[in-house]
Order: sequence, then structure tokens, then C-alpha cells
Amino acid sequence: MSKDAPQIDEKRLLAGREYVGVDRIDGPLVFIKNTHPVGYQELVECVDPAGKVRLGMVLDTSDEVVCVQVFEGTAGLNMPGTSARFMGEPLTLGVTKEMLGRVFNGLGVPRDEGPVPVATAELDVNGRPINPTSRAYPRDFIQTGISVIDGMNTLIRGQKLPIFSGNGLPHNELAAQITRQARIKGEASDFAIVFAAMGVKNDVAQFFIRTFEESGVLDKVALFLSLADDPSIERIITPKTALTLAEHLAFDCDMHVLVIMTDMSNYCESLREISTLRGEIPSRKGYPGYLYSNLAEIYERAGMIKGRAGSITQIPILTMPNDDISHPIPDLSGYITEGQIVFEREMHGRNLYPPVAGLPSLSRLMKDGIGDGMTRKDHPHLSSQLFAAYSYVKDVRNLASVIGEEELTPLDKQYMEFGERFEREFVNQKHDENRSIEETLDIGWSVLKALPAEELHRVTDEEIEEFFY
Amino acid sequence: MDTRIVGQVKRVNGPIIEARGITDALMQELVQVGEARLTGEIIKLQDGEAIIQVYEDTTGIAPGHNIYGTGAPLSVELGPGLIGTIYDGIQRPLEELEQISGIYIEKGISRPSLNREKIWPFVPLLKEGEPVEGGQVFASVQESQRINHKLLIPPDVKGTIASIKPEGEYTVEEEVAVVRTEKGDVPLRMYQRWPIRRPRPVKKRRPLEIPLLTGQRVIDALFPLAKGGTVAIPGGFGTGKTMTQHAVAKWCDADLIVYIGCGERGNEMTDVLTEFPELIDPRTGRSLMERTILIANTSNMPVSAREASIYTGITLAEYYRDMGLHVAIMADSTSRWAEALRELSGRMEEMPAEEGFPAYLPTRIAEFYERAGYMTCLCGEEGSVSVIGAVSPPGGDFSEPVTQHTKRFVRCFWALDRQLANARHYPAIGWLESYSEYTDDVSPFWAEKAGKEFLDNRRTIMELLQKEVKLQQVIKLVGPDALPDSQRFITEVCTLFKNAFLQQNAFDDIDKYSTVEKQTRMLAVIVGYFDRGNEAIKAGVPLAKIHRMPVLQDISKMKLTIPNDDPDQFDRLMLKMERGFAKLEELYV
Repeated sequence: MSKDAPQIDEKRLLAGREYVGVDRIDGPLVFIKNTHPVGYQELVECVDPAGKVRLGMVLDTSDEVVCVQVFEGTAGLNMPGTSARFMGEPLTLGVTKEMLGRVFNGLGVPRDEGPVPVATAELDVNGRPINPTSRAYPRDFIQTGISVIDGMNTLIRGQKLPIFSGNGLPHNELAAQITRQARIKGEASDFAIVFAAMGVKNDVAQFFIRTFEESGVLDKVALFLSLADDPSIERIITPKTALTLAEHLAFDCDMHVLVIMTDMSNYCESLREISTLRGEIPSRKGYPGYLYSNLAEIYERAGMIKGRAGSITQIPILTMPNDDISHPIPDLSGYITEGQIVFEREMHGRNLYPPVAGLPSLSRLMKDGIGDGMTRKDHPHLSSQLFAAYSYVKDVRNLASVIGEEELTPLDKQYMEFGERFEREFVNQKHDENRSIEETLDIGWSVLKALPAEELHRVTDEEIEEFFY
Repeated sequence: MDTRIVGQVKRVNGPIIEARGITDALMQELVQVGEARLTGEIIKLQDGEAIIQVYEDTTGIAPGHNIYGTGAPLSVELGPGLIGTIYDGIQRPLEELEQISGIYIEKGISRPSLNREKIWPFVPLLKEGEPVEGGQVFASVQESQRINHKLLIPPDVKGTIASIKPEGEYTVEEEVAVVRTEKGDVPLRMYQRWPIRRPRPVKKRRPLEIPLLTGQRVIDALFPLAKGGTVAIPGGFGTGKTMTQHAVAKWCDADLIVYIGCGERGNEMTDVLTEFPELIDPRTGRSLMERTILIANTSNMPVSAREASIYTGITLAEYYRDMGLHVAIMADSTSRWAEALRELSGRMEEMPAEEGFPAYLPTRIAEFYERAGYMTCLCGEEGSVSVIGAVSPPGGDFSEPVTQHTKRFVRCFWALDRQLANARHYPAIGWLESYSEYTDDVSPFWAEKAGKEFLDNRRTIMELLQKEVKLQQVIKLVGPDALPDSQRFITEVCTLFKNAFLQQNAFDDIDKYSTVEKQTRMLAVIVGYFDRGNEAIKAGVPLAKIHRMPVLQDISKMKLTIPNDDPDQFDRLMLKMERGFAKLEELYV
């Protein structure tokens, strides 16, 4: 590779070159003609007429023109007065453990009064794909103290489990409750929380900060805030910056990192904005065809690695536009993440908290993290039985809405009773109620008592003997 | 390293690179881009310019970088050492990459697909002077305990054996034989190369008559797949596509499995990697990993390699088929592959057809599925490639282009049903929307193995399931009490059939896999219950009494209690049922 050497030198030389004047500004995109050969996804420093530096990234490069997206927005730029420097390397984030307890913007620049942390490593924010053979399969049960999650949609360390919510639903409360209560059975470990906010309201960010403060973990949290009034383009880089720190903490510092990202819908919308501006061919609802790959590059940065002690568990939050789960954002997310916690407006209306819809919610990693030696031996069959019975309840309710409750068979009436108890006693709990897994499972058996033993097809006779009677 | 410069980069747009100054590059030639030597493939040539799709992340590539030609199309290496290995979409061995670059896959790294140092026991099967032609077996290698790897003369070589090495241990790169052809001597090694986009030749296609037994009752009994057949598994997220694929990969009676994780989750591949070596194949008693090749191009790996992974997988499958083996391919998911096509097409600014997909989507889907089949191979043996392709329709809506076009080219359709999945009824293969055109083709096999009675029982139960739909509609309007006992009995038998037969627990030691005999007997028990119950109802026994028979519990749990190797228990169950009915009839008649 002897040819390589002069090229790199040349790159360094050219990186110092500043181009004064740009040729087109369109939304967050800036186009510059007649540059030296610029690398794809290179970092760009745009200097606005006032002399302030804004960071950007090369989206498209060719002999004639380079297209740059400016993360801090293009407001206030003009064509002759703006200059650009191509840095010859991709956008990196200086990471260090000292970033915990601090607040940053979407690019990793401090937002609080503190000094710029001294980085121990410079990492490419775009990340690199983890070799599938290096991954360790996640199987450690995390007890969240929330029955509907622990019992029915178990969270596993290293999992990516999103909350599909809607506007006005208590997803923030649930995420906060999870961060307060989550723990591994019988283990105290080095943990950290990385919080990425994309286009959320100031109040929401404050809510989370207050929650972290109250539970005394604020010095274990790194916040990356790109709020609703920050440039929308910054949201595109926010989750990547946050995950770069998370990867460092997990795989270099051996910490168990919980990453909360809210709201992924805003991220996707920024992506659509850029795509439309560039005149790309859209797929569904105007979102770019690469939305799936792009989301995957974020969600797949969760997991565990063989031989490393740390882990990354992701809880992305997204609001389903119009509560529609088949909308491209929840739909594509659901194909990538390992399950989903789906909120139901109707349950929220009936004052049930958390309003987790029993049937569409799912945890894919649950199967390997529950049962004898991990939670309790009856857990797998019990959860399957609860799902089956609750799904029949939905049928019975439909039937009852047509023919009236009085006309139901005695058995169906028992199912109605079960459904009611399941929602009121098992699903419903207080914001500060922390149930152990044993309590959760016992409540599960107790609500099943509304049904006759013959109806329990998914549990074994021995389990009925031991837990049901 | 190749030094032939075939052009320079003109524009970089994600994985698509436009190149100028193109000299003698070939269409579909494998090229290396820039000094980082990223792997790419030429997909368009025009006016001294080319479009290249790059299989790695293009960050840092700038206009003016050189493009190097390799002179060959994108090919895979075929030879001993494939089995038990995990590759990425362009056949780079992921375990070896890990040794070079650690937990992340860096750019521009490469390793030979087949280990060059490993020594294999070579057994020559031909002697000097014998005439040979393409596809013929000239030697064999015991690749794993269960796979005897036959070394084949490359399809385009014909002549006589000029020399062949004696039995002994060699690496894949050593020359083990020389064939004298009209065009000169051709040295043979234990491995050969084959371009992934070209189907390997065969002698003849044969009709599909033998089912690919999967041990999954809903598949084998209701919607069978033939060896050499094609099937699509469409389903929204969370309906169990991957679970179904895993179950089939674990228990089906193919000789070899090629599992392609195309644009799916990394942890799913890890799951296969950790689980398969520990699982024991019920037929051979050997570890399942000894018959598995994995191709992992997860969703965060470069999108072009995702496009290639499907072809890489099927080429490996065809190679083993050519030795006379039955190979099953799991492609999870073909939608991600189609989306990769869409993404690349969009970046090339091609005119889109439906939902942004390129107009050539159906052609590509057809080309892929047509590489399946039950063949007489060039070596004279029979072998097959069966394709099991998952489809991930957006929003679970089967009217989208990928599902619709796939449906045109497959003959079997296992539609996953959201409602069943919600009730955690797995496998969630819906019995109303699914179909198999192989049912009649494989009937003679079932008649022979399970008796004609099985076919009748199957027909009975399918009719009942259809009738039940109508009855459920009535129930929804007027409630179940309005129906006569004989009709309510139909709905009860169907519920029993769904719980006791169709639903199968992949994690239960007894239930995860059912033999032909167990399936036949279980079906006979349920249809027997229906026939006998009908008689009893006609004789005046009220349905409520039948419903309370203790034997019903035994029937609904027989899948969990009666193991595959103890079918006699079914006789006892039948007897118990008969006694129960006889007792009831005594009371009421």
C-alpha cells in the first residue's frame, strides 16, 4: 500500500483549505462547486458570516459538486459570506467516562456550564457493524417491577425494546419508572444511562432530568438533548452521538448501559425532510427507501459482546402518528427491534396504567431469559396461558357487544370476568409500585382463578396443582 | 493484489459509485474501489462510464480514487470447509474477520472464504486415463461426520484424467488432479469458483413427489412442501417468520441447510450460532451445526451485500445439490433483499414502478425461486434445492408488491396470521389463507407411509375448518346457544384441533418435532373423536356431557404427553375415548 502514503498527506494538506462562498443553500443542505476531491461522509466545518463554526457532513460527492448537510441549520448563512473546510475524516465524538452527569447537544457539545470533557478516545459517530459472531446472545432477565413487562413482555439485558406510544399517552412516565426500578436479580452492577432526546419539548426533557435527580442517579446519566426548538437537522445525528458514547461505556468501560431515545418519530421526519430536499425517490408516505437500513444502523447498536462485561439495552420511544401501528415508522421499527411495548389509548381512557395493549406487545428475547433458574419455572407456560386467555377475552367482548352480555354462555361470562381482573389487577399498577417477579406471577395465577381449571390448556397439570389451587 | 486500473471514481452516493474513464471493465466484474480496496461490482456500463455497487461502507471514498479490476465476476468458493461456517453476504468468513478486526467489521478487509491451511482427507475415486465430463465425481472428502463431500469436475471441463493424487491429506489449494482437455491441461483443486448470479447446470428437472418433512404438524399435514419446492412465509412483524424458519431449519429432513439472514437482526444469527451446535438432529444423532451453513448480512451491514447474499446462499446450495444431496434454503427475509434492490435502484435514479420498487423486481424474484427444483444432477444422482423465503410485508398487508410478486412464483404459501400470533398460537400459519399446490403431488407418499386413511382424515378436517368459519359468523350474530348441538360440536372439534394439533410448542422437548406416525395418529384421534361424537349426538347424548368427558383433557394434551417413539399410547387413548362414549350412550339411549 505504498501508494497510500502520498494520498493521505495530500488529504491533510487539503483539509486546511477553506472554500469561501457556496453555490446553493436549500433547507439544511449546502452545495459547493469546484472543490478538491472530497470524501463521502467527510466532516465539514461551515463558517457563517458571523464567524461561527457549524458542523456538517458530506452527503453526496462528485467531480462537480459536493452536497453538505449542516447539522446546526442554515439559517443566517449567505452564499458569498459562508466558507467551508473539509476535514478529511468522518464526524467523530470524543468520548470519556467523565461525560456521565453532563448535558450535551445533539453533536456532543456541552449544553451545561461545565467544561468540555477531556476525551480518552475519538470515535466515528456512524459506528461500524458488529460482527454477528462477536455477539453474545442476551439472556439476563431485567426486573422492571412492572407486571405487564416482567410477566408478559420480559425485558432482557442487551435487548432493544421500543415503546410504541401515541401523543398524550404516559410513555415518559413508563420509561422513567423503568429507569428507576430496573435491576438484575441479585446483582449490583456498574450501570449508566444515556438519554437522547430528539425534537422533544423542553418540559419532557426537564421531566426526565427531575426523575433522574429524584432517584439519585443523575451523575450516572449522560443527556444528549436536541429539543423541539433546536434545528431539526441536528436530530439526525443525536441518536448516533448518544450511541457512540454508549458503546464506549459498554464495551470499553464494562458498564451496563440503558439507552433511552425519544422520540424516534422526530428522527424519521428529519430524515424524510433531507431526502425530499435532495429529490430522492420516496417509498411509503414520502419516507426514503433506506429508512429501514438507517433505523437498523441505530437499533442494531444494542446488545452484548462475547468476552466483554458491559451491555447496551435500548428503549426507544416513538409516537405512532394517528395511533397507527402500520405507519412506516413503527412498522419498520418493529421489524428491527426485538419486540415492542404497544400502548392503547382505550386502556388509558379507562384509567389503566401502564396502558400496555396485551396482545400486540411482544418481547422476542423473553423465551431464553425466563423459566427455571432465571425467573420461576411456571413463567413460560403461565405467560402463554395469560396471552391465550386474554386473546379469547377480546373475542368474547366483540361477541358481547353484538348480542349483549346476558346472552353469553356461562363460560364466556367467566372469561369476561377474567379479562376485567387481568386488566385491573395484573396490568394496572401505581407509578411507584415495584413488584417482584414472584408477586407478578402470583397475581397472574390469581386472576386465572376466574376460569375453570379445564380451560387452562397451556399449563401443565403439575403447575396447576402447585400454583393454581 | 490486482493492479489493473479500470477507471476512477466520479461521484459517491452511498453504496452507489459512478466511475469515469472506464477502460476494459466487464459487466458484473468484481472491482476494488480506492486504496482501501472496497469490494464492488459493475452493474452498468455506458459511454466510458460505469456504475458500481459497493459491498462495504463508502465513507471516505472521494472522486478521483482508482478502481481496480479483478477480471472475474462476483463468485463464491466451493469446496470442503463450507459447512458449519458463518459468512457475510459476499462469502467472507465472519469468524476469521473477527480475528483481524475485532468485534466490529472494518472496511476493506478480506480473507479467503475457505481456510487455506486446513487439511482434508482426500479419497480419489477415478484413475488416470479415465474419461470425465463436467459435474462428474472424481474424489471425495469426509467434510463432517454426516456429509461426505464429493469433489466434482467443474461443469465446463471435459477430457481425461491425466493425473490424480493418491489418497492422503491435502489443503484445498493443492493441485489434486489434472484433466487433459481439448484446450489443454486443466488442474483441479479441491475447491472451484462459481459466479453467484449464474445457476449451476443440471441434467434434468424432475417432478416433485417427496415432501420435505419438517416435523411441524400444520405444515406436514395441511400445507406440505415438496423437496425441490418453493414456499413463501409472509407475516407482519412479531408473527413468527423467524421462529417458523428456525423450526424448519432445525427439524426438516434435508441433508443440508443454508440459512441466509438477509437484513435481519444480529441477535437472531447469534441465536442460531449458539443454539444449533447444541441441538441434535433426531435422524442422525449428530449436531445440527454439522449440516448448516450460515450467511449473515444483518440489517446494519452494507445494503449491497444484502442484495448479493441471496445469490451467494443459493449458489452454495446448488453446489451441494450437485453432489446428490437435498438442500433447504431459508431466506430471511426476501423483503429486505427487495428493499436493497429498491434502495440501489433509487440511488441510480431509475424510474420506479410500484411503491418505489424497480420494474425488474418480479423478474429478479422469479429468477431466484426458479433456481429451486428436484434435479437429476450432472453426476447422475438426484438432488434438490428447496427454498423457504420469508416475506415481511409493510404493515402486515399482503397486497404489497413483494408479497404479490412472490406469490406468483412460489407454489406454497404459509400465511402468518396476526390474530393467531397475538394469542401466542405458534406456528401462526393461518389455515384459511395458506395453501400448498404440492398437496396432491405428495399424496402418494403419505398414502404409502401413513395409509389412505390419513388423506381422508385430512380432507375431513379441512372441510370442518371451512364450515367453522361460517358457523362462527352465525355465532357472532346470534350467540352460540342458537346453534344445534351437531353444529356447535363442529366448532368445538375445530377448537380442539387448533389447540391440540395445529399449535405446536417449539420449546417443548416432546412437542417440538412430530414424526409422520405421531402426526397420523394424532389426526386419527381427533377425527375419531368427531365421528364418534357425532354418532353420540345423533343418539341423543347432549353436547354438554361430551364436553365434560375426562378423555378430552388427554386428547388436548397428547402432543405434550405422548413422545414420538411410543405410539402405542395412542391405542390406549382411542380405547379410553371409545369407552367414554359407550358409557355416555348407555346412559342416554
